[in-house]
Amino acid sequence: MSAAPAPETINNLMPEIAGLIVEALNLDITPEEIEADAPLYGDGLGLDSIDVLEIALVISKRYGFQLRSDNEDNVRIFASLRALTSHVASQRTL
Amino acid sequence: MKHLPLFSGRKLDEIFAWLPAGAVSVGRFLAEAQWLAGQLPAGEWLLNVCENRYRFALGFVAGLLAGKTSLQPSSLSAETLHRMAADYPGALCLCDGEFAAESLPCLRFPELPERLPDITGDIPKIATERVVAILFTSGSTGLPQPHRKTWGKLVQNAQAGAAALGLVGHPHNIIGTVPVQHSFGFESTFLLALHGGCAFWAGKPFFPQDIASALAAVPRPRLLVTTPFHLSALLAADIPLPAIDKLLSATAPLSAETASAAEARCAAPVHEIYGSTESGQIACRRTTQGPVWHLLPGIELAQEAGNRDQTWAFGGHVEGRIPLSDLIELSTDGKFLLLGRHADLINIAGRRTSLAYLNHQISAVPGVVDAAFFLPDETPDESKGEGITRLAAFVVAPTLDQRQLLAALRKRIDPIFLPRPLLLLPSLPRNSTGKLPRSALQALFESTVQHG
Repeated sequence: MSAAPAPETINNLMPEIAGLIVEALNLDITPEEIEADAPLYGDGLGLDSIDVLEIALVISKRYGFQLRSDNEDNVRIFASLRALTSHVASQRTL
Repeated sequence: MKHLPLFSGRKLDEIFAWLPAGAVSVGRFLAEAQWLAGQLPAGEWLLNVCENRYRFALGFVAGLLAGKTSLQPSSLSAETLHRMAADYPGALCLCDGEFAAESLPCLRFPELPERLPDITGDIPKIATERVVAILFTSGSTGLPQPHRKTWGKLVQNAQAGAAALGLVGHPHNIIGTVPVQHSFGFESTFLLALHGGCAFWAGKPFFPQDIASALAAVPRPRLLVTTPFHLSALLAADIPLPAIDKLLSATAPLSAETASAAEARCAAPVHEIYGSTESGQIACRRTTQGPVWHLLPGIELAQEAGNRDQTWAFGGHVEGRIPLSDLIELSTDGKFLLLGRHADLINIAGRRTSLAYLNHQISAVPGVVDAAFFLPDETPDESKGEGITRLAAFVVAPTLDQRQLLAALRKRIDPIFLPRPLLLLPSLPRNSTGKLPRSALQALFESTVQHG
């Protein structure tokens, strides 16, 4: 994996990723309402595996890399908006 | 009493499964399962929730050899686990990964010894009448409904599936995206290794890139066992894929468009299985060759005279006489058409339940006065392929907010059935007889959600 992206890179990218999530899933909230550190699964935003696959598709098209779930990364990558954004920032080719 | 061997037509040096480290032979698998059987504490029931397909297989066969019955619920919600603990005293949970077994005693999957004694003597035989697995559906009363599977019927089931898919004499390496504990994954990955000559990949690839990597990890010929939802995500990702020689889809109807796209992309046939947890797999078709289903060997369907709404499956590997939850048009020579589902039944991304069950669960949440789940009529967005329509719920619960309600529901039902949206209302539009007609809910949905 590449070096960890700078915090400001992540902060700048987060609104964009939040927007993608809301749009891809047709959620009934605004992107700003997704808290940076709240869990995306379960008790936070309440996403499930269907949502995760849909988000993965949008992210792969937009940022030019494929998500993988080796070593249980799946849980870690989707732990929060910040974790997902950090993963995108470190893996993106577009 | 009649007995059948653990494996059908397999030699000990054939490949049983593929792990990241390489192939595992039938003999090695049996040696490991015999060792694991010796590690299991006494007790009648085994709730084997291992995510890894190979570890599940070892746990299942170890339990089989140790005289245990495998419990395979449709969900692992806290509510279900409490139910299992109450209904199956002493049930042991065998798990890998980060599983929270709640009230059940739990055995973490142990490290396997590197050296094990060679297999000597005959392949173990199991009594055909013995109940070796209980698969559960969610049931309409809120209680998981058990469906008992005997060893003899499971063997027959796997052999019928292998024959229908043309795997007899042509063993494939199986990559499954579906959980091995549920009916489809159980029959079409694990049982095909025991009794269909195939070998399976131990993982359960999720993202399209994971599927590509898993395919690359095993030699041809390869069989991809998947669902319409995973298959359309794989096609939409449009990434380079290793050769696939056969595809098998089940859990929800596959559209002819997706099937054609998959056949064109993979240059391989796409087959579909039709069945249920109650009946097991009962029919198959090649989706691009039309809507007609062909019954598996030995299976029969019947309808009562004058009532074509209810169809029964029996014969072959079906346990008893099973009512099917689909509307069916029977044809001759073991052929039939599916016309749709009974109105109460829900299938979301291949997970099945009923509105009655969901309504029962939400009404049981303390503070809920009245509630109704609703599956909207809208057609999913075409651009997404096998798009997923979500459930809505209308709830009267003056003391609760949305977050509290969702947290309570999450403990009771599978996340896929959580309502999106969940709307809190002062009352529901019940008619004078206290019924909630679907039309009233549709109107409520349109006024509050679509134009709200």
